[in-house]
Amino acid sequence: MRKHLVVAAALAGAVICLHAGSAGARDLTVVSWGGAYQDGQKIAYFQPFAAKTGIHLTDEAWDGGVGVLRAKIEGGHANWDVVQVESEELALGCEEGLFEKLDYSKIGGKGAYLPAAVSECGVGSILYDFILAYDGDKLKQGPTSWADFFDTKKFPGKRALRQGPKTNLEIALIADGVKPQDVYKVLKTPAGVERAFAKLDTIKSDLIFWKAGAQPAQLLASGEVAMTSAYNGRITAANDKDKKNFKIVWNGALFTIDSWVILKGSPNTAEAYEFLDFVGQPAQQKLLPNYVAYGVTNKAATALVDPKLLPVLPTAPQNMANVEEIDDQFWLENLDRLNERFNKWAAK
Amino acid sequence: MSAQGGVLSPPTRVPAPSGSIRAQLRRAGRMRTVGALALVAPLLVFILVTFVAPIGGMLWRSVDDREVAAVMPRTITALRGWDGQGIPADAVYRATAEDLAEAHANGTASLAARRLNYDISGLRTLVMSTARHPPAADAADIRVAFADIDPRWNERATWAAVRRASGPLTSFYLLAALDLQRDASNAIARVPEDRAIYLDVLGRTFRVSLTVTLLCLILGFPVAYLMSTQPAKTANLLMILVLLPFWTSLLVRTAAWIVLLQNEGLVNHLLLWLRIIDAPIKLIYNSIGVHVAMTHVLLPFMILPLYATMKAINPQYMRAAISLGAPPPVAFMRVYLPLCVPGIAAGCLLVFILAIGYYITPALVGGASDQMISYFIAFYTTDSVNWGMASALGAVLLAATLILYGVYGRLVGDGAIRIR
Repeated sequence: MRKHLVVAAALAGAVICLHAGSAGARDLTVVSWGGAYQDGQKIAYFQPFAAKTGIHLTDEAWDGGVGVLRAKIEGGHANWDVVQVESEELALGCEEGLFEKLDYSKIGGKGAYLPAAVSECGVGSILYDFILAYDGDKLKQGPTSWADFFDTKKFPGKRALRQGPKTNLEIALIADGVKPQDVYKVLKTPAGVERAFAKLDTIKSDLIFWKAGAQPAQLLASGEVAMTSAYNGRITAANDKDKKNFKIVWNGALFTIDSWVILKGSPNTAEAYEFLDFVGQPAQQKLLPNYVAYGVTNKAATALVDPKLLPVLPTAPQNMANVEEIDDQFWLENLDRLNERFNKWAAK
Repeated sequence: MSAQGGVLSPPTRVPAPSGSIRAQLRRAGRMRTVGALALVAPLLVFILVTFVAPIGGMLWRSVDDREVAAVMPRTITALRGWDGQGIPADAVYRATAEDLAEAHANGTASLAARRLNYDISGLRTLVMSTARHPPAADAADIRVAFADIDPRWNERATWAAVRRASGPLTSFYLLAALDLQRDASNAIARVPEDRAIYLDVLGRTFRVSLTVTLLCLILGFPVAYLMSTQPAKTANLLMILVLLPFWTSLLVRTAAWIVLLQNEGLVNHLLLWLRIIDAPIKLIYNSIGVHVAMTHVLLPFMILPLYATMKAINPQYMRAAISLGAPPPVAFMRVYLPLCVPGIAAGCLLVFILAIGYYITPALVGGASDQMISYFIAFYTTDSVNWGMASALGAVLLAATLILYGVYGRLVGDGAIRIR
C-alpha cells in the first residue's frame, strides 16, 4: 500500500512539474480549421513566421463553437493564444469578453485591411463567398444572377439551396430585385420576410435542400440539379481535383469573414501581436490563395496574388463588385424564429 | 470467504446454535448480495455516468432558467412588485440601468440578451445596445432615457418577457416544444400559426418510424422464416447477407442510396430502360427516400430477433396442426404466428425506438419537409446553441416514447417483449 502511495505521489509531482513547466514557457499556440486549409497556412504563415522571428509556434486544429472558448477561459487554463473563429463566434465571444480588444496600431493600422475585416476583437483572416454554381459542360449559356436561379422557364431543372432560412432568404430577395446592400434592411421588416418566402414559393417544387458543404458539388456532378448555392472553395476544389467545369456566378454573392482573435489572458500577447502583424502582411497573404480559394484581407494583398488565381478568388475586384456580407447580428437575433417559419413553409 | 468460514466454524464456540446459524446464514446471504453488487457495480456506475446523468442533465436543462436572474438580479427583484399591467415603476428601470452597466463591465450582458431573445426576437439587440450605453440610474426621467435608446423599453411585452425569464425554473422551453407559449398576462396560449411546427414534427417522427417498422416487419419476416427453415449452410450464407450491411457504416449505406435513387441513378435508369417510365421519377430528397433508406438500415434489427424466435419453434408443431386437419394457412395463423409474437414484439420495438432517433439519414436523403425531431434537436444544439430548447424537445420525445412503450407493453402482454 505504502509503495502505491509513493508511486502516486511521484506521479502527481511529475504531473504538477510538467504542468507548471508548460504554463511557464508555453509556445505561441495558433489554432485554425485543420485539413488542407491549415496545411496551406503552415506553408504561407506558420513556418515563415517561426523562421523569421525565432518564436516557437505550435499549431492546433478545432471545429469551432464559442462554448469551447468559453470553457477554456472560464476554466482558467486557456492553452491557446491565437484562434481563427467564424464571424458569429467573433461577435458572441467579443460580447462575452473572451477575446482581447485588438490594438490595430500593432498590426499595421485599420486602414491596411478591408473595412469588413476590421472589428473590435478580431482581424479578418480569410473571406469566402456563398455563390451560385452551375455545370459549364451542361449549360453553355449559364445563369448570371440569382434572378436566373429563380427562372425555371429559361433554365429548366432542379435547384439546390442550403437547408434552413440562413442565406436563402437573402438570395430570394436579391432575386426579387433587392440590391444586395439593402437585403438586411428589407429582411428586418415582416413584409420583407413575407416577400422572401413568396419568392421561394415560386420555385418550391423544383427545390432540393443540401445540408453538408460537400453536397452541392455532388449534386451538380450527378446532374441532379441544374444549379445550386455553394461555398466558392468547394466548387473550385471540385474543378481542381475532379476536373469538373463548374462555373461560379459572383454577382449577388454573400460573403463572410473568418477572423484571428487573441484569447483573453494569453501569456503570449506580445508574440500573438507579432504573429497577427506578420500574417497581415501582403507579402504573406498573397501566398495563401495558392493553396485554397479563399480571399485575403489586406487591401494590398489581392493585387500581389498570382493573376491566374484571380477568377476564383473572392476578393478579386471583379468578384467583389456586387456582394453583401452575411449579417451575423441579424441571424443571431432571428435564426430560431425564421427556422421555425422556414420549416413550416417547407411542410406546407 | 469469511462467510464460508463463519458457516463452517465449530458450533461449540457459540452458545445458542440454532439462532446463531440463522444469523450466520443471514450474514452469508448479505455477503453474497454485497458480492453480487460489487460485481455489477462497474456496470451500475457506467450506466449512471453515461445514461442516467446525461438524461437527468437534459431534463434539468429543459426547465432551468437562471441566466437572466444571474445577470440582472436587481431588475428581477424590483419586478416582483409589478402587477403585469401597464409598464413597471421607475425603480425597475433604475435597477435595470445598474444591472446592465455592471453586466457590460463583466461581459455577461449577452447571456441575458440571448435568453430574452429566445422569447421575443429582437430583444438581443435591445439588451446589448442598452448595455453598451446604459442610462444613468439616477437620471431624472428614467423612462424617457430608456425610450430614447429603444422605444421597446416602454412596451409591456418586453417587461413581461423579462419577468417570464426570472427563473429559477421555467416552463418556457417545454411549452415551446409543444407549440405553446405564455402571453403577456402569463396565460398559456398557442404560438402563431406560422411558427407552430413541433407537434407536426413529433407526429411526423412517429408516423415515419411506424411505417418503417411495418415495412421492416413485412420484408424481414419471410427472410427470417427462410433462414430458420434452411439447412445450416444455407442459413449461414443468408445470415452473412443480412449482417454484411449491418457492419457497414450508416453513412456509407445512406450515400449508396443517394447513388441508387437520384434522378440519374441506377433505379431511374433501369426503369427508363425497361420503358416503365418516360421521365425520371423523384425517389430521393423526399419521403420515399427517407422510408427506403431507413428501412434498409434498420432491417437487420428486425430480422435477427425474428430469426432467434423462429429458430426455437419446433417444426413438429406445424406438422401436428396440419395432420390434425388444419389447412396450412390456418395452422400458420393459429400455431406458428402466436409462437412468433415475442420475436415480432422485440423486433418492432427495437426498430421503432431506433427509428425515432434517426437524424443523419433523413437529413441526407429527405427533403426539407421530411426532417424528424432529431434534426431540430441538432439544430438547437449546434446551429443556434439554444440548449434549453434542444433539451425540451428531447424531453418531449422521451415522454412520448415512454407512453408509447407503456401502451405497447399492454398490447402485446408484458412478458412478450423478449430478445433471445
